[in-house]
Amino acid sequence: MAETRPVVYMDNNATTRVAPEVLAAMLPYFSELYGNPSSMHGFGGQVGRLLALAREQVANLIGATSDELIFTSCGTESDSTAILAALQAFPAKRHIVTTRVEHPAVKNLCEHLGQLTGHRHRVTQLPVDREGLLDLEQYEAALSDDTAVVSVMWANNETGVIFPVEKMARIAKNRGILFHTDAVQAAGKIPINLAESAIDFLSLSGHKMHAPKGVGVLYVRKGSPFVPLVVGGHQESGRRGGTENVSSIIGLGRACELAEERMAEENGRIRQLRDKLEDGLLNKIPNSMRNGHRAQRLPNTTSISFAYVEGEAILLHLDLFGICASSGSACTSGSLEPSHVLRAMGVPFTAAHGSVRLSLSVYNTESEVDFVIEKMPGIIAKLRDISPFWQSIPQESEV
Amino acid sequence: MWDYTDKVRDHFMNPRNVGEIPDADGIGEVGSLACGDALKLFLKLGPDKRITDAKFKTFGCASAIASSSALTEMVKGLTLDEAAQISNEDLADYLGGLPKEKMHCSVMGREALEAAIANYRNVPIPMAQGEVVCECFGVTDLEVRRAILESKLKSVEEITNFTKAGGGCGRCHERLEEILREERLEPKTATLPEQKRPLTNIQKIKMIEELFEREIRPALRKDGGDIELVDLDGDFVTVALRGACGTCKKSKITLKEYVEKKLREQVLGNLIVEEAR
Repeated sequence: MAETRPVVYMDNNATTRVAPEVLAAMLPYFSELYGNPSSMHGFGGQVGRLLALAREQVANLIGATSDELIFTSCGTESDSTAILAALQAFPAKRHIVTTRVEHPAVKNLCEHLGQLTGHRHRVTQLPVDREGLLDLEQYEAALSDDTAVVSVMWANNETGVIFPVEKMARIAKNRGILFHTDAVQAAGKIPINLAESAIDFLSLSGHKMHAPKGVGVLYVRKGSPFVPLVVGGHQESGRRGGTENVSSIIGLGRACELAEERMAEENGRIRQLRDKLEDGLLNKIPNSMRNGHRAQRLPNTTSISFAYVEGEAILLHLDLFGICASSGSACTSGSLEPSHVLRAMGVPFTAAHGSVRLSLSVYNTESEVDFVIEKMPGIIAKLRDISPFWQSIPQESEV
Repeated sequence: MWDYTDKVRDHFMNPRNVGEIPDADGIGEVGSLACGDALKLFLKLGPDKRITDAKFKTFGCASAIASSSALTEMVKGLTLDEAAQISNEDLADYLGGLPKEKMHCSVMGREALEAAIANYRNVPIPMAQGEVVCECFGVTDLEVRRAILESKLKSVEEITNFTKAGGGCGRCHERLEEILREERLEPKTATLPEQKRPLTNIQKIKMIEELFEREIRPALRKDGGDIELVDLDGDFVTVALRGACGTCKKSKITLKEYVEKKLREQVLGNLIVEEAR
């Protein structure tokens, strides 16, 4: 069934639309420019030269050099490659430090390392406070001589909270410990300069920044130890076998160029829109609260909990208005427990089940934000009317 | 996105009979905020002891709200005995089916109905009398057993879909397996691993030392080497290689391929051998 009503897309931390400029850059590689970049003939060779250009475009966005980048199939592959490479670099070390709020790409990997490596590893998951922030003293205390690698996300996908990964990487480096960061949500939204950092590995993903799905990048600092995960041909200098996903890599290169140009807009206009949206909803709807530190956060993300209602029900009502969002409630995940991120932050169950994440992009407009502020209070009120918990509690007076 | 039927969508968007009945004859409350869904059902009986009115309040997802709404429609006009015959499958059928992960919403509806009837008759809620098997969601063995029989469940995953039991910390999975076997009348298989007490460190050290003495040392000594146990921390066994082994380039292989393998075979399957540095 085709969608006919206009879509108000505010789920950009899940995936983004491919920018028209990106699509235009990609199209020739589906038609006339179909050569294999590894070929010896000029027809394929020209593709190879354009791949090199894309590599530079990505490197420019994150302050890396071209030879420090490996193209992969997605953020998850980049995460797995980095963490497994770090463990193989220090086979005698059996300890990993990460956080309780990592994306499943890192969290579940760390929980299943035994099956993958044949060794038992100790995994320290650093806690976060009520606002989703880490305690650096606790972090330092967790590091030991047995620690092989630290993996901490740059920004959280559910709340947008940013972690001080550059500082944390320095601390790790001083202890001779490798540092990986999943920057899938941060890349393209906030400035990243790896030349000035001590980060050994960084993962990013194309489809979170207006490039297509199916392409990712792993940054490996020059001189940091590396062992490939996907072994095959000589592609990516022997660090990741498999014929390059040419069109998507070209698209990602262009997307990185666009992200650089739009960084100011993202942190200006989009941040203002996000703040307007958040303040509007919090002011109009009683018993609602923001999840995550207000300032130390990505400019595009807000996570709001509406007490005594359930997230999936909110999303389905929003869907009728064409509004796309996501929720940390149990029902939307198919599991029976609400989001591990909100639980780690100590968000009470009443609020965790009723959480909604709205994540913007440069394609969002002020009228869309106004539309959501207009529609949401009615949805929450309707669901609260049905909720057995709503009337029995004292209600906040309207501001 | 869940594949809800049009009927589920209709009952979710336009729920029937929302509200409370102040002078209700029977009230049933199930679920909680922590569980992610809860239902409060109100029943009013007429002079002929038939249900004349039913209302509900529900906290939960679309299928929880739709199940509650459908339930209130289904019970109107029935006697309590007739209403008690409504199963969760009947409720799901009325809605044109529910996604399998959401079947617990229909079970919640049925349990609220039973609770309301018990409340009217002033008797304890039958399903609550069992032993709580799932602490996370407060599910009793009676609820699990009934779901297995009525809905012909075959796995723990299905039990979770229908009753939520086992959907939290997962500690009750073994008990759920057991109940599943009992209800499906399958004889307990003889291959079940015997419950072994975990070895203490002292027992482990003793067994490792014995194995070293019996097999490993004699083998290493043939090549002019030797081995000593330095430390044991949980499953981590720290050893020092002596003599020729200490300088041998293949000592790592010896440790992993020979010493660790032997220890895992004869002492404990998850031991990890490391060389003292």
